[in-house]
Amino acid sequence: MTKEPIEDAITAQVAAPAKKTVQMPVGVPGYTLAEESRSVPATEPPVWPTNKDLKYVGQSIERYDGQLKASGRARYTSDIQLPGMLYAKFVNATVPHAKIVSIDTAAAEKYPGVKGVHVIQHVLGNAELRNPALEGQVKYPVVRYAGQPIAAVAATTPYAAEEAAALIKVKYQAMPFVVDDVEARHPDAPNVFPGAADEAGSAGGGGGPNDVKQTGNVHGPSVHKHGDTEQGFKDADAVVEAHYVTQVQTHSALETHGVVADWKPDLLTVYASTQGTSGVREELAGFFKIPLTKVRVITEYMGGGFGAKFGAGNPGVVAAALSKKTGAPVRLMLDRSEEHLSVGNRPSSDQVLRIGAKKDGTLTAIHLLAYGTAGCGTGAGCAGPAQNLYQTASLHTEENDVFINAGPGAAMRAPGHPQGAFALEQTMDELAVKLSMDPIDLRDKADSHPVRRVERQIVRESDLWKSRNPVAGSDKGPVKRGVGLAQSVWYRFVSMGSNAEVRIHKDGSLEVLSAVQDIGSGVRTVMAQILAEQFGVPPSQISVKVGDTTYPEGPQSGGSVTTLSLTPAVRDAAWQASQKFLADIAPAFGTTADDLVLIDGEVRSQSGKFTPISFKRAASKMSSSQIAVHAKRVPDYDPKKYLTYGGVDVAEVEVDTELGRIHVRRVLSVHDCGRPMNPAQTISQINGGIIQGISFTLFENRLLDPKYGLMVNPDLEQYKIAGSREIPEIDVRLVEAYIGQSSTDASGIGEAAGVVSIGAAIANAVYNATGVRVRSTPMTPAVVLAALRTQGKEMA
Amino acid sequence: MNGFSIADCTTVNAALSQLKDGAVVKAGGVDLLDRMKDGIQQPDRLVNIRNVAELRGIRETDQGLTIGPLATLAEISDHPHIREHYQILADACGHAATPHIRNMATVGGNLLQHVQCWYYRSSDFQCIRHGKDLCFAFEGLNQYHAIMEYSTCPSVAPSSAAVALLGLGASVELTSAKRGKRTLGIRDLYIVPDANPTKFTVIEPDELITAILIPKPAPGTRSAYQKYGEKESFDWAIADAGVVLEMDGDICKRAVITMGAASPVVRRSSQAEAALVGKPINEETARAAGKVSVEGATPLSQNAYKLDLFPVAVYRTVLLAAGKMDRDPSAAG
Repeated sequence: MTKEPIEDAITAQVAAPAKKTVQMPVGVPGYTLAEESRSVPATEPPVWPTNKDLKYVGQSIERYDGQLKASGRARYTSDIQLPGMLYAKFVNATVPHAKIVSIDTAAAEKYPGVKGVHVIQHVLGNAELRNPALEGQVKYPVVRYAGQPIAAVAATTPYAAEEAAALIKVKYQAMPFVVDDVEARHPDAPNVFPGAADEAGSAGGGGGPNDVKQTGNVHGPSVHKHGDTEQGFKDADAVVEAHYVTQVQTHSALETHGVVADWKPDLLTVYASTQGTSGVREELAGFFKIPLTKVRVITEYMGGGFGAKFGAGNPGVVAAALSKKTGAPVRLMLDRSEEHLSVGNRPSSDQVLRIGAKKDGTLTAIHLLAYGTAGCGTGAGCAGPAQNLYQTASLHTEENDVFINAGPGAAMRAPGHPQGAFALEQTMDELAVKLSMDPIDLRDKADSHPVRRVERQIVRESDLWKSRNPVAGSDKGPVKRGVGLAQSVWYRFVSMGSNAEVRIHKDGSLEVLSAVQDIGSGVRTVMAQILAEQFGVPPSQISVKVGDTTYPEGPQSGGSVTTLSLTPAVRDAAWQASQKFLADIAPAFGTTADDLVLIDGEVRSQSGKFTPISFKRAASKMSSSQIAVHAKRVPDYDPKKYLTYGGVDVAEVEVDTELGRIHVRRVLSVHDCGRPMNPAQTISQINGGIIQGISFTLFENRLLDPKYGLMVNPDLEQYKIAGSREIPEIDVRLVEAYIGQSSTDASGIGEAAGVVSIGAAIANAVYNATGVRVRSTPMTPAVVLAALRTQGKEMA
Repeated sequence: MNGFSIADCTTVNAALSQLKDGAVVKAGGVDLLDRMKDGIQQPDRLVNIRNVAELRGIRETDQGLTIGPLATLAEISDHPHIREHYQILADACGHAATPHIRNMATVGGNLLQHVQCWYYRSSDFQCIRHGKDLCFAFEGLNQYHAIMEYSTCPSVAPSSAAVALLGLGASVELTSAKRGKRTLGIRDLYIVPDANPTKFTVIEPDELITAILIPKPAPGTRSAYQKYGEKESFDWAIADAGVVLEMDGDICKRAVITMGAASPVVRRSSQAEAALVGKPINEETARAAGKVSVEGATPLSQNAYKLDLFPVAVYRTVLLAAGKMDRDPSAAG
């Protein structure tokens, strides 16, 4: 999540730009829509009305590259083939904790087909010691987890690379290790680091605080406080407290991490499976100490990221080094096992959450004590929901990272939030039971967010919610049905590094360019829609160029920033280009720019000097072959307002109480994301979030053998992930929620999209079905049967 | 994966003549290629029998049914005669893996697949099945492992088809160029790890499965198979049950109850069978059979939950076979 709230210092020094005051739609149509005034730069385009009065924006325009992707014609990084390309293969650590004594590459270098071997001197991704001297002089990076890359081989075929990699002999000096996060908290546990260590976050977030103490493997606490929780719990009429545990999930994108790097003397070209072309460029330029102009990064199509694909990382740096060494393009795509082990994961959590409330549902205190492991990285904090979803008289959160000898965590779709919401939203459900309140009434009392209030109203009036039996566990027979809800919160981050260029060509063709990568959210299509709206031509006629650092810098796609950051720059460029265009052609029509308007694909004279002519014909009158306008993101119009958004998710489950099996039948997902630019694409992201959240809640689990420190399920067979039959009927109700923040007024959706709240919604539905709380994930038959057994006894 | 050569054969004789010097048979290639990619098996030579026409097909005979080992799981589960008279087999083949795999996987290969134990399948762990000293599952992660009939290796029988074929009293015809043909019952095909942990079946390196023979069911026979996983799509059984009932009116004359995911080799539960014979099939008797199906089980540190699952799998499948319960929506696939 990129946070750049402050404009460039240079901008601040020049005279404040001219401003104008505009009236903007704010609120939810049909519920709270009103107008608010905003003071905006005079160069901003006219305010758009709500979606119902727009022609292309706000419509479910067909995904620009949908057919290419569905028919296999879209070229992903793993499809790139260059003449003379070599295939690279990593050599990875086979032990969880060790110093490397020696690396013998002789046999590999002599192996037929091998063109180069690279030994890693500086491994990326792991937390790093604040004081490196504590480790003394080490020749090679210390191995902190099994699967850590050590070296790589480039060869003429993937088979030769694999066979040669197996010939590299690494001699380890083994060190004691720990892979269990509870054990790692023990004072006597082996230390993953000999002193305090920190992991920097990426453009996608992740990483932990670097200003906290560290005791053994416990890095923290990071403390947030307001009010007096001791008093708050005294003031409470009801207090609920419970212990929640969530597992480590890996990102498991369809396309693994990887690059094709082509090092030429004048330019390093890198095809990368990345969420941020600009970040890959920066890291490579920095690592090899070459100017940014000598690095070009291309991501035409992207096979999934979810937060773990920022920067060049070990694959990018090693492939570039091998390409430099061999003089040939080098392809380095990870295999599935490496993908699980070495390029990120969603940290676990182990939370004790306590909430106090008055009889009417007013919260008096929230206390969260959280531990979690991001392996040999940091970023397991999960207090976001507890801090930001509800109003409470007092709050105290303590977040701790626990180091273990496992691959470093990385930002993953709403970092910390599915974990935090799993505890928070179950606790709220439990509180509602204790207060004998309806769970929606309780949230109406404790949550003042105006849009979630509307969303709860929609839920309250839905058939699914009305079908909920308020008496938990009242179904007869072994299979019990239940309905539960949970809420989500995410934040409005804006990436100011968002630029676009719009070009009008003399033949009437239109083009928009930005280095932004379309990671599947559909920004390509949305960019075309914006130009279509401005010029009145169908989106399919707009040429969209993205995913290449030779275009104007675009945002990195993390923290749900892409659409909300980039689209105002696109619209501003389109608007300014259209104004420049009209001024340019006015003389040819014997008039002035202010007489001309561009509406519905036609240029019209307001004074009636000529009959309307098509944009294409008007373009032929341009005085030059091309009009190009570059625009950058204007800061949010009122950056103190509307800082969070979210949604409400409802799950209907059937619990087979004899088998401990949970079947999610239906999901109702009510979400807002400012102005939905393309509802079908937005809904598609929410569907994805729900499915990924169900998969996390019920199935996925990175399993490490405690005695050997190795992952036993580094595949997609025993690492269980939701398949087609696990996917329920998903009913997404998209709430238009205008906030008056930019020329497009778009928001993000990737993180808020169901993944935060669906786990708790399922858990609350399981409670509603059975009267039993399942407080740990994944909720497998073993876990559910154990909960039914122990809590069933308590109830009896 | 290591480099290898492959011999493409179109006749049984040609294939048999190639089975020497460590050559390994490849039919659908589903499990074999997994093992090769995981680096736990590295044959230099494969003999591809996928195009041997005489090993295909499903034929009704006077004695029952003859299935070519290259019949795919999809062909078997879609076969009208099998669906009518051998429901247990249609169920087992039709609920294995995924539709894509069922289109590729042959029944012969399915019977011969190796166990899915994650320690066995990882080249990082060299376990007793690979001829070493250790089993890692006893003290490691064993939630999917066996609850009975193990002492050396608690991995579980992976083949659903074997659970069904054991229930049907099927046998397997093996052919070698030197020794000719021999026929074995399904249970005798497998070697329990206590006897020899490094061998999964009695098939010799120069032998091919050339037919699977299923006797004609007695009149009044009804059967069913159900598999339970953590997921519905593409998951291995955590519990399963095959049921064959010979009914005389309302009374069960003979019962065969088989289980896969409970033990290293497919097993019959004589206790469960005894609980049904001579009795009407109803929820009470079915549950009684389920209950005794795990008698004597000794779960490992993480799989005691299976003691709850197998009785449910057995009772629901008994009722399904008897036509007294619908197919269980909780069953996988």
